Amino acid sequence: MTVASTHQTILAVWRIEQPRLITSLARLLRDVPLAEDLTQETLTVALERWPKTGIPERPGAWLMTTAKRRALDHLRRRRMLDQKHEMIIREMEEEEQIMPDLDTPLDDDIGDEMLRLIFTACHPLISREARVALALRMICGLTTSEIARAFLVTEAAIAQRIVRAKRTLSESGLAYETPHGEQLSQRLASVLEVIYLIFNEGYTAARGDNWFRLQLCNEALRLGRVLTSVAPREPEAHALLALMELNASRAAARTDAAGNPILLLEQNRSRWDQLQIQRGLKALMRAQELDGAGGIYALQAAIIACHAKAMAADETDWRRIADLYAELAGLLHSPIVELNRAVAVGMVEGPEAALDIVESLRDEPALKDYHLLPSVRGDLLYKLGRYDEAWRAFEAAAALAENKRERDFLMRRAGGAAAAAKG
Amino acid sequence: MRFTSIVMSTESTHPTPELIEAMGKLADREIKAGRMLDTAGLMPLATGARVTIQDGKLSVVDGPFVEAKEVVGGYAIFELQSKEEAVALAVEFMQLHKDLMPGWEGTCEVRPYFEPGTEGICDPLAEARA
Repeated sequence: MTVASTHQTILAVWRIEQPRLITSLARLLRDVPLAEDLTQETLTVALERWPKTGIPERPGAWLMTTAKRRALDHLRRRRMLDQKHEMIIREMEEEEQIMPDLDTPLDDDIGDEMLRLIFTACHPLISREARVALALRMICGLTTSEIARAFLVTEAAIAQRIVRAKRTLSESGLAYETPHGEQLSQRLASVLEVIYLIFNEGYTAARGDNWFRLQLCNEALRLGRVLTSVAPREPEAHALLALMELNASRAAARTDAAGNPILLLEQNRSRWDQLQIQRGLKALMRAQELDGAGGIYALQAAIIACHAKAMAADETDWRRIADLYAELAGLLHSPIVELNRAVAVGMVEGPEAALDIVESLRDEPALKDYHLLPSVRGDLLYKLGRYDEAWRAFEAAAALAENKRERDFLMRRAGGAAAAAKG
Repeated sequence: MRFTSIVMSTESTHPTPELIEAMGKLADREIKAGRMLDTAGLMPLATGARVTIQDGKLSVVDGPFVEAKEVVGGYAIFELQSKEEAVALAVEFMQLHKDLMPGWEGTCEVRPYFEPGTEGICDPLAEARA
């Protein structure tokens, strides 16, 4: 094995083991930032040693043993400082008696620890951006430079966010624990928000030319899957996972060979990922079984499920979609939901009825710069044969679109409406 | 990136209870880590069938088959960042076999999924989709 490929292998093993290393150390040390530092140190040790010694037979156990020894060393150095540590050291030293036993899989039940780690990384005290960075680093094992690349910011900026977040965690003396009852639902909302933020950042990259950044979607999906397996009784966690799986299932069909977006109704449905659709529908069903059918994520997932279940675009149950949007609008009071409802209403009752809703949204301050408002309006006007107005609406939409692919697409639609107006 | 790991061995072997338990633990860990999307074991070859084209002739033959040296016993589907991760997981999986089922011989084949836009690979379903 060459040095480069050894390094690749070490990084791969480390990525697989890292969340377990952090959660185990965090449990022993009651200190997440320190656990994260020591886990990074363990990687350095492996990168130094394994190219010389070869990769051990049970690399995961090796990493765990090394990480725990580091933690023990650390505590020994601070032994005199803290009575509490004295007790932990004794526990760990007892454990070390049996430690060379690498055959025993270490820390099998990491579920609760993992949940604690997720809640810690997504703590509301930390800024949203830093929560995203921490989650991607500590739970997904992404490197600082990978996170920076995904979010189109400098590595230094991400590193700084992580350092600051870790300092906040240390200084605030946050309990490393899973909250209960009402606190849990409040905190869970923050966790779900962070995961969905990561997913959306990847699904429709707001800036730049790259319309689709799959990597972030995949990491968000992973976080969602981790969350549902460690918090299996939370309906909204399953619902968010359903929403993400169902959205991601369309990835391959969303762009043409040149990278231009293809609208939902024009997508080649045989390219939708059936494995992901089945996973999504199953997660949605789980959310509904847990009495979570009326949740914000569950309603959105149910809407996407209507599309996923339709083998052809004209088999779509638009009536149900319009109803679901109405229910969602009742919860969110969001003009964007209302705009989406208009699209569904247009499919059931015709463009005239939809245009009434859209026109009522034109003075919404929140939609002032939202390109999809004139875009939907343009589409409805076009269907009504009001090509002149449709043309101007598409042009207005293109002027507002921040993503180049979308802008190009809207310019083409404007061109089509202009031609129809003149023809 | 999506990968599938396919395990092949001689048909006569049946995993030991220790191995079954260890494989279950590994699968559980991978599902909890959000990496494993699907996994399944396959029934013996005798219960299956083969549809073959040979000498321009298409034929369907039900199992059992006379010459079955290596048989697919099961598979797992992963969503991972790199081939190295897929290989590391396959090595871990095979190490369990080495430790818990002495004498067992077999192969774990790791294959990346075709993804649209992958250059230099022919997409067998492209025509069907078009």
